[in-house]
Amino acid sequence: MTPVPMLHVLLLAAILFALGLVGVLVRRNLIVMLMSVEIMFNAAGLVFIAGGSRWGQPDGQVMFLLILTLAAAEIGVGLGLVLQIYRQFKTLDADALDGMRG
Amino acid sequence: MLNLLWLVPTFPLAGFLAWAATGGSLPNRWAPWLGAGTVGLAAVLTAGIGAEFLTQPPPGNHFRQILFDWIGVADFRAEGALYLDALSLQMLFVVTGVGFLIHVYSAGYMADDLGQARFFAYMNLFVAAMLILVLADNLILLYLGWEGVGLCSYLLIGFWYDQPENGYAARKAFVVTRVGDTAMALGLFLLFDRLGTLDIQAGMARAVDLWPSGSPLPTAAALLLLGGAVGKSAQLPLQVWLPDAMAGPTPISALIHAATMVTAGVYLIARTQVLFHLAPEVQGLVGIVGAATLLLASCSALVQTDIKRVLAYSTVSQIGYMFLALGAGAWSAAIFHLMTHAFFKALLFLAAGAVILALHHEQNIFRMGGLRQRLPLVFWTFVAGAAALVALPLTSGYSSKHEILLAAYQASPWLWAAGALGALLTALYTSRLVLVAFFGPQHAEVHPALPVTVTLPLVVLAVLSIAGGWLRMPLAPALPEPEIHSGGFALNLVTAAIPMVGVVLALGLFRQRAEAAAAGPSPFVADVSRLWFSGWGFDWIYQQLLVRPFLGLAAVNRADVVDAAYRGIARLARLGHRALSASQTGRLRWYAAAMLLGTVLVLAAGVVS
Repeated sequence: MTPVPMLHVLLLAAILFALGLVGVLVRRNLIVMLMSVEIMFNAAGLVFIAGGSRWGQPDGQVMFLLILTLAAAEIGVGLGLVLQIYRQFKTLDADALDGMRG
Repeated sequence: MLNLLWLVPTFPLAGFLAWAATGGSLPNRWAPWLGAGTVGLAAVLTAGIGAEFLTQPPPGNHFRQILFDWIGVADFRAEGALYLDALSLQMLFVVTGVGFLIHVYSAGYMADDLGQARFFAYMNLFVAAMLILVLADNLILLYLGWEGVGLCSYLLIGFWYDQPENGYAARKAFVVTRVGDTAMALGLFLLFDRLGTLDIQAGMARAVDLWPSGSPLPTAAALLLLGGAVGKSAQLPLQVWLPDAMAGPTPISALIHAATMVTAGVYLIARTQVLFHLAPEVQGLVGIVGAATLLLASCSALVQTDIKRVLAYSTVSQIGYMFLALGAGAWSAAIFHLMTHAFFKALLFLAAGAVILALHHEQNIFRMGGLRQRLPLVFWTFVAGAAALVALPLTSGYSSKHEILLAAYQASPWLWAAGALGALLTALYTSRLVLVAFFGPQHAEVHPALPVTVTLPLVVLAVLSIAGGWLRMPLAPALPEPEIHSGGFALNLVTAAIPMVGVVLALGLFRQRAEAAAAGPSPFVADVSRLWFSGWGFDWIYQQLLVRPFLGLAAVNRADVVDAAYRGIARLARLGHRALSASQTGRLRWYAAAMLLGTVLVLAAGVVS
């Protein structure tokens, strides 16, 4: 089995990251924004995995596990906040929630 | 007994501190007892110290008492030390003796004033500062007393501060004397820089060793000290503040602006006379300043209508006599005249105060008139003071002024001529004052009951004014006693006769004044008297030359040019705040985009560099 070239992996990760970023920037639904953030996490994780296999080091996989737990914790807190926000404001539109305007 | 010297200034200071420590809540009825009592104690102590000093003179005819180390920086040492010699003892007698009488008088004069406690506290502080001034062993302690009396003068001229013109007069006195004080401070810097000490005796001895007579350094130092003396003693060209200083209560005019503070300049010059010996030109200048001042001020006194302003100009001119004597080298005659002047001028002011009190604060002499019958005691004491001021024979003023004029003749006939002309003018304005205020028809309601605290000091001072000439102390070791020739019979006769000629002339002039006034003065006389009335227009000149340009500058700089930079910083900060606050939109996506931008920029910077 031929190994996947490094460049392809990095390109895929970049595309995934860009997709996630665009999702965060253009979508207004908080849940979709959280999902986009997850995609960005995974893009970053993919780069670590690729790096780990490229140099034959376990660190890349360790970092990916760390990112997974981080993402789990983040989504836990994030969804909790989203629930509270919906109860308070009856909306999930991020642009409507600008009460902290300076 | 001499070891108790430090108590003399301490008593009045304690009186002031008692008032200050209680936050001014001292009851008014205690104030006279505390105020006059502390000064009285100081006077009793001075009498004891003086008696011992005169009967058993300490070695070297001076007594030095070191109280504490005041300042010690590198080579510079200033001790809180007192120095008593014949000169400072003479000043002590004047300050505590006359000061005590004026304090007693004030108890009666200020009895109805709500600020009585404050008044006595300031008076006590003044006496303490004045005693420090005359007892100081070094010039920096002297300067402390010098500024202290200036401060008290300011506080007491503006004592009735609810009237704006009193505050203006107080500020004027303070600012004008400040000009002189600055010159004096520079003089002290120069002396310290060149002599390495501010100790008066050591410094003077070193000056004699280091500096040849007439060299530029002692000339400069003497000139700067003269500047200080001229400011404090209200001599040309800084005499403008004294007539306005009459805004203060009358006992203040007697104590500060006649008997003690204004003569501090004379004391300073006598104290540092070694310097003036080394600078003969400056000593000559002292005489010329005195002669010019005494003539100008006598002319102004001739046309004033306010009883206190007449006396104020008279004070300026009498201090002119003292400067004349200093300029002629008759040091002890100057100090002698200082003492007799303290007696008779304090008396005149206090008697004027009694008149003002009896007439319910009327000060215009043309609204007085005929007080001779209504206030006989005040009249006779006033006449005693006036006789001494005119220097009629057998009064104290005669002995001192006669000596000054003889010494002036020895120095230069021109100085004598100025002094003699001044004596004539003195006789004229004094007789005019007495004739207008005490003779003729009565114009005002008189309230003749005067308390004994007012009348008693008048009687004591009247006796001193007449007989004070015998209280003369030998000043020889402290001040050099130049040989004064008696000057020949003719000179003596003329000098003695001039005041009497003046009185006779005044009788002729002012007796028929009523008819003359009805006819109206000729335009020339009116112009001249307006010029004299305004004190030769010095106020106007200073207004045009100094005050108005300064106010103009202040108006230009109203927005404060220097502050613009600091205001710019404040404006920049406010601008930045507004910009940053606008970037806080509260929108999540906006923040995310900003983070993206920031990351891209940082990465780009990393890549490019």
